[in-house]
Amino acid sequence: MLNYPFLGVLLASLLFFSCNKEEAATRKTNSSDQPAATTKAKSDDVIRVGAVFAMTGPIATYGQESVNGINLALKKINAESIKGKRIELIVEDNKGEPAESANAVRKLIDIDKVDVILGAVASSNTLAGAPIAQNQKVPLITPASTNEKVTQTGDFISRTCFTDNFQGVVMAKFAASTLQKKNAAIIIDNASDYSKGLASVFKDEFKKLGGTIIDQNFTYTQKDTDFRSLLRRVKRANPDVIFLPGYYTEVGLMLKQAKQMGINTPFLGGDGWDSPKLQELAGPEGVKGNYISSHFSADDKDEKVQAFVKDYVDNFGAKPGAMAALGHDGMLVLADALKRAENFNAESIKMAINSTKGFVGVTGSITIDENRNARKSAVVLETKPSGMSFKQKVSP
Amino acid sequence: MSEEFVFFLYDIATYLLNGITQGSIYALIALGYTMVYGIIKLINFAHGEFYMIGAFIGFYLITSGMPFVPALLIAMIGSGLVAVLIEWIVYRPIRSAGRISALITALGTSLFFQYAGQRVLGADPKAFPQAIKVKTYQIGEIYITNTQIIIFVSTILLMIFLWWLVNKTKIGKAMRATSFDMKAAQLMGINTNQIISFTFFVGAAFAGAAGVLVGLYYNTVEPMMGMIPGLKAFVAAVLGGIGIIPGAVIGGLVLGIAENLVVGLWVSTYRDAIAFAILILILLFKPAGILGENKKEKV
Repeated sequence: MLNYPFLGVLLASLLFFSCNKEEAATRKTNSSDQPAATTKAKSDDVIRVGAVFAMTGPIATYGQESVNGINLALKKINAESIKGKRIELIVEDNKGEPAESANAVRKLIDIDKVDVILGAVASSNTLAGAPIAQNQKVPLITPASTNEKVTQTGDFISRTCFTDNFQGVVMAKFAASTLQKKNAAIIIDNASDYSKGLASVFKDEFKKLGGTIIDQNFTYTQKDTDFRSLLRRVKRANPDVIFLPGYYTEVGLMLKQAKQMGINTPFLGGDGWDSPKLQELAGPEGVKGNYISSHFSADDKDEKVQAFVKDYVDNFGAKPGAMAALGHDGMLVLADALKRAENFNAESIKMAINSTKGFVGVTGSITIDENRNARKSAVVLETKPSGMSFKQKVSP
Repeated sequence: MSEEFVFFLYDIATYLLNGITQGSIYALIALGYTMVYGIIKLINFAHGEFYMIGAFIGFYLITSGMPFVPALLIAMIGSGLVAVLIEWIVYRPIRSAGRISALITALGTSLFFQYAGQRVLGADPKAFPQAIKVKTYQIGEIYITNTQIIIFVSTILLMIFLWWLVNKTKIGKAMRATSFDMKAAQLMGINTNQIISFTFFVGAAFAGAAGVLVGLYYNTVEPMMGMIPGLKAFVAAVLGGIGIIPGAVIGGLVLGIAENLVVGLWVSTYRDAIAFAILILILLFKPAGILGENKKEKV
């Protein structure tokens, strides 16, 4: 009997250490060509950029795509130096969770002593980390969080994507004028600031355009898997269009179950749907005939976009989604700001970021406005079994 | 009957149908909880993880081209073996150390599997392959899919098998004896260690079956998938009367149906809150669970 516990401890410790090593390897600096820095001390020729993204968890494809995009941009940036300095990227996984995002931001500031932070994707995650960056006066750029509240945290927080005020209006207009719909149901993810924010903008704008919103509380929570009874209730309310601002994991399951329950009403969503996993989870039947607003379309004929798509495919073997493009542009905007900054202290980096004007990236022309939000165009995409296809471009 | 009333009946039927499907899954997981509790008084919080492991074994087998039924059986055996191993490495050495130690060990084992799973298998949800083409049948306004029918039928078949195993076989008799009085069973020549291993095996195999069925039903698997269903199955087991096999089935179905009625007729936000409030109410009036007093059937 004595050797049982010993065996258990041995096994557990073996596993633990093998995990840790691997983790350390993936966590260490991701800078494109230099070996990982072993000391935490600041060296003079390096600008440390922390990246907080969901590399695992329910929105993992977003984090992975973003970091791919960032690395692609970084390769170009580090090919030439910024005033003799090179950018070093330190990636932290927030698992798509707010609490983990706050931890990651704290770690990057306290331990890695980063100069700037990029991240995160989901608004609830960024909202959890942003106040820490603001308090510690470390500039934070989110390439993809669209909730209004994110940049209201303070002057050190900015974004290089549009906001839900714009995205919600785009979809409401699309529903009312392009699709000619009159009666919308809204299904909200209760655990998501993004979902709630987008829903309320859509609601106001759709009403303004003469539509009605079914006044019922259709909600779910992240990580739910069974939506059949909820969908039944939605179906009975008889909408002619359903707005579903959620993330692809739950949306995919919901679209599939909706088809099985005989719901043929079109669903509309936001950039939270824009992942290749959506097609996988919803299946070809579920995904057909729905529309989303997003930041970027790989079908865009623009030269710059096509060059990016080609570069991305060469490096990662898949077409880039919106998050890859946003990560890429976020990194480029940051590099551009660093070039313009008087020196590399937080105050001047912040000033340089916030005064970005007309920077042309693959997601369009980026101008940071007085509220530190990017003013730029959106695209409406149709979801098809083969992927997202370009429908129209909407400028602010 | 007015048209509104007919539709109301369709609604109720839909919610009941969804509730029974979800409840069947809870019941399959709850069986393992209740069997293990019945035999060694351990609340095995790692039980939800056997469900996850079953789902992943099924996922990899079906992805590599195996048909559904053999994949289901191998997944059941696979998660059963993992459970036997865990019982041998983790639970057996501390069996005499008291119930709190065992409970904490179980929680630790559960977390170990969840996080090791995220590291080894990847934390993103994976799309479960469509092993059986989904067909939807429509009766009036009620939509029922063949996957729902498969879940329901498999659950019933597994229950009948379990009933036969426990009540009609020699090993079942030994299980009942061990559960009734372990010391006395030992004195009568029953190898109780073997019986406990076997109980873990059967319980985990059922959870593994539930995992594969859920993969088929929702088309998604991920390493944390065992957490919530595991908790709910535990509640179902307690609700039905922990240690009592038919109680687990009734508890699971009651919980599944309650949840879906709340979502359908009321507000989905309160699904878990109200479902659990119902449970608290039932337990206030029947602290031993729905089938609580019937001690003879416990295993």
